[in-house]
Amino acid sequence: MAGLLEIADLVSQWAIPAIILVVVVVAWFRRVPMYDSFVTGAKEGFGIAVMIIPYLVAILLVIAVFRASGAIEDIKSALTVALGWVGWEAHAEKLELIPLAIVRPLSGSGARGVMLELFEHHGPDSFIGYAASVMQGSTETTFYIMTVYFGSVGIRRMRHTLGACLIADAVGIIAAVVFASLLYRAAP
Amino acid sequence: MLNKIWFGLLAIGLVYGFGRAALAPPPTTAPPEPQPTATQAAPTATQAQPATTQAAPADDTPVAPAEQSRSGALSAMGRRLTNAAIDSAQSSVEICIALIGMMALWLGIMKIAEDAGLVTLLARLLRPVLRWLFPDIPRDHPAGGAVVMNLAANLLGLDNAATPLGLKAMKELQALNRDKKTASDSMVMFLAINTSSISLVAFTIVAYRKAAGSSDPASVIFATILATTCSTIAAILAVRLLRRFYPLRRRPDVAPTTGSSVETTPAPDEPHEEGA
Repeated sequence: MAGLLEIADLVSQWAIPAIILVVVVVAWFRRVPMYDSFVTGAKEGFGIAVMIIPYLVAILLVIAVFRASGAIEDIKSALTVALGWVGWEAHAEKLELIPLAIVRPLSGSGARGVMLELFEHHGPDSFIGYAASVMQGSTETTFYIMTVYFGSVGIRRMRHTLGACLIADAVGIIAAVVFASLLYRAAP
Repeated sequence: MLNKIWFGLLAIGLVYGFGRAALAPPPTTAPPEPQPTATQAAPTATQAQPATTQAAPADDTPVAPAEQSRSGALSAMGRRLTNAAIDSAQSSVEICIALIGMMALWLGIMKIAEDAGLVTLLARLLRPVLRWLFPDIPRDHPAGGAVVMNLAANLLGLDNAATPLGLKAMKELQALNRDKKTASDSMVMFLAINTSSISLVAFTIVAYRKAAGSSDPASVIFATILATTCSTIAAILAVRLLRRFYPLRRRPDVAPTTGSSVETTPAPDEPHEEGA
């Protein structure tokens, strides 16, 4: 396993240099004016990055205020009480993952912070740490991507994007907990 | 719709924060959040630059929660919300500044690859997949190449490259789009696949686990691949299923008649929704 991981890590570390090398060598043989091409593309990139700023400010503001209000923690404690009523105290441990599940689609660094916190409290090799890792790795910051991608081209009506993305997020989060439960083995 | 979501989240945040501080018994209100003003940075853009999230120095929320009057809790909540708002605005600009260099680098390389014909080659190789997922991208259109490049970057876990290439793909898809204010079918599919995170190996997670002292940091990879496959399949199915409820207003066959009337309606603005 460790050997395989090392190979995979090697591939990923060398992916970018290799891609750049291949592109440049092929361009050389095709007699592409590389420097001019690069500058043209880079200019375009600069414009896009600057154009995103207002959209990003708008969405990150809302998310930051929502998180700071403490609503997420209260949802978690409310659910803990509810599980107690239903008699599923055995699953109460999994509720530690609720803040991560809520924050994950909203904020990348926020989710990272929550995950690291869970590592600290429960240990990365605990079930919670394991499930948090799977959740973090198998979902994305939906709102960030939607805002930035649509904002960069000026789309206002997203149609079914939000619905589809939220369904995918919910499936991803549930799948993360399910597969974590199935595959988790306590560390030796 | 964006207006409603935006207003809703903002209003919930502000009103809930106020209510929470005002109604909850003073001793318990004080300590719960560890770092509420943790700046919101983007995952894709800033993984490499930890410097963008400057640890909010204004985090002097209730240090001594023992004796907190109700007004004290209220003002602490107000301070926290204010800091969150200000920090988020600042950090989003920092994210974009960090993104400028990355965008320039990757779109520069991408442009070379495009001029050398590599992008169309890649798109041609993956045409069956592309045609199934994005039926309205024509053959050999640069949009196909850009979409493929972004998905490849995501699969390989190259977070820094994925965002610039994704934005490039959006630009190309927008060039194909008939109604420039409304997302096309291809855009919706592209977004859904992107947000469902199709990375094969979550290297950053493994690195974090290792840093946290895990004895087997890579043990999560298999479960992660299974979970992300589920969410990507769900994304594709959800896009296909939900599409019928959101038909494009201007169909190609009725374009001549309804074209002008649609174009004169910009976004449905609700200007009186000023939350804060």
